[in-house]
Amino acid sequence: MSKIKVSELTKIFGPNPKQSLERLNKGSSKDEILADTGNTVGVNQASFDVKAGEFFVIMGLSGSGKSTLIRLVNRLIEPTSGHVYIDDEDITNMNKNELIEARRKKLGMVFQNFGLFPHRNVVGNVAYGLEIQGVEKQEREQKAQKAIEDVGLKGYESSFPNELSGGMQQRVGLARALANDTDILLMDEAFSALDPLIRKDMQDELLKLQKKLGKTVLFITHDLDEALKLGDRIAIMKDGQIVQIGSSEEILENPANEYVSNFVKDVDRSKVLDAEQVMRRPEVLTTYKGGPRTAIKKMEDVGASSIFVVDRDDHFQGLLTIDDAIRAYKEEIPMEKVLNQDVHTTTPTTPLNDLIGVAADTKYPIVVLDEEQKLLGIISRVSILSGLVLGKEKDEVTN
Amino acid sequence: MNYFELPLEQWTNTFVDDWFLPTFGNAFDSIGSVLNAFVDLVTDVLLFIPPELFTLLLVILSWRVGGKGLAVFTFLGMLFIGSVDIWEESMHTLSIVIVSTFVSLLVGIPVGILSAMNNRVQSVVRPTLDFMQTLPSFVYLIPAVLLFGLGGVSAVIATFIFAAPPAVRMTNLGIRHVPKEVIEASKAFGSTSKQLLFKVQLPLAVPSIMAGVNQTIMLSLSMAVIASMIGAPGLGATVLQAISRVNIGLGLVGGLGIVVLAIILDRITQGIGQGQNNKS
Repeated sequence: MSKIKVSELTKIFGPNPKQSLERLNKGSSKDEILADTGNTVGVNQASFDVKAGEFFVIMGLSGSGKSTLIRLVNRLIEPTSGHVYIDDEDITNMNKNELIEARRKKLGMVFQNFGLFPHRNVVGNVAYGLEIQGVEKQEREQKAQKAIEDVGLKGYESSFPNELSGGMQQRVGLARALANDTDILLMDEAFSALDPLIRKDMQDELLKLQKKLGKTVLFITHDLDEALKLGDRIAIMKDGQIVQIGSSEEILENPANEYVSNFVKDVDRSKVLDAEQVMRRPEVLTTYKGGPRTAIKKMEDVGASSIFVVDRDDHFQGLLTIDDAIRAYKEEIPMEKVLNQDVHTTTPTTPLNDLIGVAADTKYPIVVLDEEQKLLGIISRVSILSGLVLGKEKDEVTN
Repeated sequence: MNYFELPLEQWTNTFVDDWFLPTFGNAFDSIGSVLNAFVDLVTDVLLFIPPELFTLLLVILSWRVGGKGLAVFTFLGMLFIGSVDIWEESMHTLSIVIVSTFVSLLVGIPVGILSAMNNRVQSVVRPTLDFMQTLPSFVYLIPAVLLFGLGGVSAVIATFIFAAPPAVRMTNLGIRHVPKEVIEASKAFGSTSKQLLFKVQLPLAVPSIMAGVNQTIMLSLSMAVIASMIGAPGLGATVLQAISRVNIGLGLVGGLGIVVLAIILDRITQGIGQGQNNKS
């Protein structure tokens, strides 16, 4: 079941939208309609699905209709035609009260210029959504407090928006959307007004939060790098139409048309790809139980001179070379004593960019570990370079 | 240019004498008596409070909203009013100002809200306000007298017509200037229109509304003086008396009294408005 389903959604601005809609359905272009009727086609028959827990990005340049599209989803702008289903309920057919209820319970929103209430302090802003639902003061402030801590603003509860920096203001905006505990977050160019460093931090944190809280995110941006970094899937918009939907790889590898390929041709692959996308599962692993003898046997089988060692739960222990294994075998010393721990480790989300230098001055592959120190995969110099040239080799990782 | 005769003067008089007054006379009488009671009440209260106590309260208020300088000025001003023996006249003027400001805000702020929410309302309200503000103020005095007779009530009505427009305009402006994204945010989280108005739009419009209140008070004061021509008691009457007797000294006394009241009222209301500004 899709969380958000948008079908044939169209918005025409101007004096006579119905008539223009007919012309649009008959195949007239946006420019023809503007010239003949003075009506502007904002969004032209957009359709897409967003799955629960998915991070869906809509990317387009200014004037492409992306901000209109996201406002059609919660009906801040009334659609001219088409449907939006949230959890299979048609938002476009709701009456006023049902719409208000859906906005309260299902759709949180974050705005480009933050849209904070300047007359309320941070808690007042974050608790606003609960306040208008009539939630008791104590309960709503408790929930607000939790959201404030989630976005890392503890200690600023009683500050007013004009006392905060841009990045902090947007954290308040995010906390305000989180406090309502809706499944869906609508984010309209949420980070576009922030400077690049802060923007990167916010992107990282948003990804973490989204993973932790399992939100479905509909994110609007004009920045392709941001779209590629954040989106599980990306929809590219031009002149009110969605021209392609796909994962970042699909869009990079198979641009649907010239417009998209022009867009993506300057993308720096080293920024787009991260460790997870180029790593591969090491061919051999051994468990502790086996002892040096088993290890030597295994290295012989795969024809390698070293092997990565993990414990029963996949926790990374170290690198065992054939020389050390033989030494341990001969001198009957425990294997843990001879493990080489001096290998480079990294996280799955580290951009390839940051690994190029490391790869150059280590003779062993880089080890990719998750937060619990479990071995996810290894990256050799070869895979970095091939990743840069060919794209990722994710298939090998999926097993 | 007299190509055809337009007897506007005659028509108006016939309309008012033969239809308007017989039909609505009673209604106006009851409005008049309510207002009259209101003005009398405020005047009685103001005159009942001993001048020393009144001055003390006003000085404290000035201190709190405008600081030490304003407090000193208020003290000296009230001392001046008492010393030139126009205390009673000042209180009469003040009570007309208070009542007409109250009525102006009571009508003006809701109308301002309505016209901010609805463009159609605004398209009716705006020309009406233009008409009210550009018509020479003396012209109001005639129908006011006709409907409410000579005295304080007519003064309040004429003052209301003159002083209400800024309250309407500034309320309208304040609400319309609330940033679009803030409104969108409020709606996106599921506010009803009432919640939007009371929790977001009005609080953010307060500084603008306070500027309107300040303007309304200032205009009330100037009109309350002119209204002495239709028998409103107060400082205006003092000045009028001075004119008819060519008594330059009395004129100066009355004039300065008005200036003192105006400055005190202006600074106090501005101080309150700025306090609101700082808070947000």
